[in-house]
Amino acid sequence: MKGAAAAVAALMLTGCASSPPAMYAWGSYELMLYATYAAPGSVGIDEQIDLFENELSQAAHPMPPGWYAHLGYLYEQAGRLELARDAFLAEKADYPESTVLMDRFLQAMADAGPRIGDED
Amino acid sequence: MNGRHGAVAALALLLAGCASNPTAYDYAAFLANPPRSILVLPPLNESPAVEATYGYLSSVTRPLAEHGYYVFPVQVIDAMLKDNGLPTAGEMHDVPLRSLREVTGADAVLYVTVEQYGSSYRVVSSHTTVSVRARLVATEDGTLLWEGRASESRRTGTGLSGDLLGDMLVAAFMQALNTTSDEASRLARVTSQQLVSRKSAGLPYGPYHHAAGTVP
Repeated sequence: MKGAAAAVAALMLTGCASSPPAMYAWGSYELMLYATYAAPGSVGIDEQIDLFENELSQAAHPMPPGWYAHLGYLYEQAGRLELARDAFLAEKADYPESTVLMDRFLQAMADAGPRIGDED
Repeated sequence: MNGRHGAVAALALLLAGCASNPTAYDYAAFLANPPRSILVLPPLNESPAVEATYGYLSSVTRPLAEHGYYVFPVQVIDAMLKDNGLPTAGEMHDVPLRSLREVTGADAVLYVTVEQYGSSYRVVSSHTTVSVRARLVATEDGTLLWEGRASESRRTGTGLSGDLLGDMLVAAFMQALNTTSDEASRLARVTSQQLVSRKSAGLPYGPYHHAAGTVP
């Protein structure tokens, strides 16, 4: 019984049967996560930001948990602090569960103060 | 909120009546303290594949999020822990729960161990296998809320031609190809989905799911 159930599950997961529609706009987020680890440095920070921004503009569903936070982290690395702040706030607004962590990131940015060469 | 507690209580009664099913999971601990948010740490790796930790980590967010949980951004968490002097998954898994809770506000941590990741070479065919086990632990008090395991395997060798040497060469070639991460990383996504969706033993749906509190 367990084997049959697993086989059915496997079929469903490969998309042969109908699977529930996704709640979130995943786009290429999973692939980007994988690529960053599998081929580190192959996609620069600015390129990653471009990819995220493009996906946001095309999203037909809400962005997934952690998505805005990840974008904020990229913005922060690129020195685009105002956009980083907006992204962390967007994460908080969508997902109150992120409040503690987002507040921590926002406070750390505020404490660090302005840096030479900050954009935006 | 009251409606959800009612549904949770009803689920508890339903599961109590299923005690005769030997494969059903005992959800009592989970139902007593259902989490809203899950922190996934980079997994421990028992496989010989160096790429397993991050190959698997990149597969786990979507199934958990679609299951209805807030999932902390895995790459951001990984970077933060590394910045704080914890370069390996092993060291990250040793961080006290209260510290993780204080820094992130997470209700629960998912500790994953990758048991198999990638190709296993058998004489005339090659399989790609991803196997994991996972424990979901409450940050508040260390209670084990849920544990599960999943294993997915795909045969990647071509059919037997009857020519043993030819089949072995084909299998070796497929093995060399499969040693690249892509095959396993694709299978990791299936494994992650199976981990949470396993019938009668999967992770209950989280608060963002329309069937919150019920078991797959």
